[in-house]
Amino acid sequence: MGRTVAEVALVEVSKRFGAIEAVRALSLAVADGEFVVLLGPTGAGKTTTLRLIAGLERPDGGSVSIAGREVTDTPPAARDVAFVFQQYSLYPHLSVYDNLAFPLRSPARRLAEDVIRRRVQQVAELLHIEHKLGNRTTALSGGEMQRVAIGRALVREPAVYLMDEPLSSLDAKLRAELRLELKRIQVELGTTILYVTHDQIEAMTMADRIGVIDAGQLLQLDTPRAIYERPLNAYVARRLGMPAINLIPAELLGGTWSVPQVHTIGARTEHLRISTAHASGPVAQVHWIEHLGDQNHVHIDLAGHPLVTLADPNQPLKVGDRVSLELADPLYFDKAGNRIDVAGL
Amino acid sequence: MAEIKLETVSKTFGSLAAVKDVTLKIDDGTFFVMLGPSGCGKTTTLRMIAGLELPTAGRILLDGEDVTTQRAAARDIAFVFQLFALYPHMNVRHNIAFPLRCQNLPRAEVRRRVEETARLLQIEALLDRRVGGLSGGDRQRVALGRAIVRRPKAFLMDEPLGALDAEFRRLMCSELRELHDRVRATTVYITHDQLEAMAMADRIAIMKAGMVEQIGTPQEIYDRPRTMFVADFIGAPPMNLLNLEAAVHRGLHSLALDGGAIEVPEIQEDRPAGPLALGVRPEHVSFVDAAALRGRVFGTEYLGTTQIVTIVTAYGQVKARLSSKITVQRGETVGLALQPDRLCVFDAATGRALQSALYSGAHRG
Repeated sequence: MGRTVAEVALVEVSKRFGAIEAVRALSLAVADGEFVVLLGPTGAGKTTTLRLIAGLERPDGGSVSIAGREVTDTPPAARDVAFVFQQYSLYPHLSVYDNLAFPLRSPARRLAEDVIRRRVQQVAELLHIEHKLGNRTTALSGGEMQRVAIGRALVREPAVYLMDEPLSSLDAKLRAELRLELKRIQVELGTTILYVTHDQIEAMTMADRIGVIDAGQLLQLDTPRAIYERPLNAYVARRLGMPAINLIPAELLGGTWSVPQVHTIGARTEHLRISTAHASGPVAQVHWIEHLGDQNHVHIDLAGHPLVTLADPNQPLKVGDRVSLELADPLYFDKAGNRIDVAGL
Repeated sequence: MAEIKLETVSKTFGSLAAVKDVTLKIDDGTFFVMLGPSGCGKTTTLRMIAGLELPTAGRILLDGEDVTTQRAAARDIAFVFQLFALYPHMNVRHNIAFPLRCQNLPRAEVRRRVEETARLLQIEALLDRRVGGLSGGDRQRVALGRAIVRRPKAFLMDEPLGALDAEFRRLMCSELRELHDRVRATTVYITHDQLEAMAMADRIAIMKAGMVEQIGTPQEIYDRPRTMFVADFIGAPPMNLLNLEAAVHRGLHSLALDGGAIEVPEIQEDRPAGPLALGVRPEHVSFVDAAALRGRVFGTEYLGTTQIVTIVTAYGQVKARLSSKITVQRGETVGLALQPDRLCVFDAATGRALQSALYSGAHRG
């Protein structure tokens, strides 16, 4: 990224809850102005990582720095972070304006009311809720409430925003809208965000870099494109892409491979060509076609191994058709599941 | 096995008309999805089919027999609710067997049917386990087993996957559909999730404010939406709707946008000047430098194989689904080409699609 200051730096941070190692020797640096998304399933340690940064949990080992200052032993209030939770927790008895102004009115800040007014106005405009400032929060829609919750974090201008699945309680359409909005706001303000989610679309569409996390460990940290195109291993490869990458035992595809040690072929939609014509290559059978409108997910059976790929809705395929498969620059994995870098061979 | 027919069925609760004049026919063995936002009347319609609500007007026929006033228990229909309640103190076998025990079937018959059901759901290995220790997916399967074991004429399902997380929901979707392909019982399934509907349905009925907006196969509804509501409800991202003012007449082949002519499927009706919406799916938009329709790139969303690019034009926001190989800069001005034979033209005042060659043409898919 070419940036020098790390707004958040974790060095070998670990956290254990009883017998469960929630976070294991995790190191991560988020640069100033960067949007980093931690992506992983439930229980991967994403939320614990955020809570360790916020100071809501104490690490068993390792150190946490924010804006160049070590804060491992600093209480949450003294850390320069703002936390946005999954469930928007607004004050129902206050107006939208007062909810947004609340963090600025804390005794520690002592900001003048006209400074507060300007700041609230600015954030409300950014979030397109300026016409709702006088409303009670209970009179808002779900999307508006979540905007106010994000706004309450934005008014504070901390070194870093920590966001824990802030969009997951919204419906699909609203989520898509707010994804784009949040990214726009982050780019416009140059804010630093560490965001956790289990939704790969959120990760791919918003992140400058994605950290794929599983069982408390950070497996790979890179740009969405790099992770999608050059995943470290088969697990990471499965985390991104819709439909999910097909992991096919190499022997099922027959022939000999020029790649040594190859055990599994990773074939995404763009690596697979299917044709009903004669062609050579392995033959499979169309098992089911899922019509999703713009694209059809074609479920294919290759000698008992299920594959899913996209096909053009205009390609005449039907259940029971025998098709031949052709691979174009797929990914290769060894027996341990690690990707074999064919560019380096 | 059953065919379900609704003839001008209505239901009012006090002053609220929850369902208005719904007529539809669900063929035997069909996986039929009723799709719509909350409050559209889909659950009320389902409850009337089940016999849990009595229609205010209209008739409901099950295999040709009028069951409008028949009790729920007499209809031989299995209702699967949003939240599956299992008996926690019983094991899987007893949970599945429960509905048969209530019918006082002989033990051997119960045993045979339970085992057949378990095989169908691929949960034979779990039969003697307690339901308390099962994973979420297995609990769902057991709950389904309890519905299937009765071999009802039809299954009615009210957002059975609503409470699950996205990844797991996808998995259960394909399992449910595969199960349907094995059992082939008429299924009426309710959801507000368009992707779920597209993935599972043979036919979809889209409802809005108590009325059916459109019924068709997923592909028909996607390609030829009859209303702007349907166009906007289906697809992720949904169909782009460009706002313009114009008069149209029979035989018209193009609309004027940004000083250029945008070719559209031949219009087959006359409408005086007024608001129109030009509907285009994101995958039918491409970047062509010379195109008359111009816009500024607002943002891009990388999705791996493809990316969604949001462009602001004089007619509103347009989302394009493009290959990820194309490099796009925020803020740059681009020309937009729209695939002519796939465009829909709507009367924006009524929300209705104007008749055109797209709708009257060959019915593909």
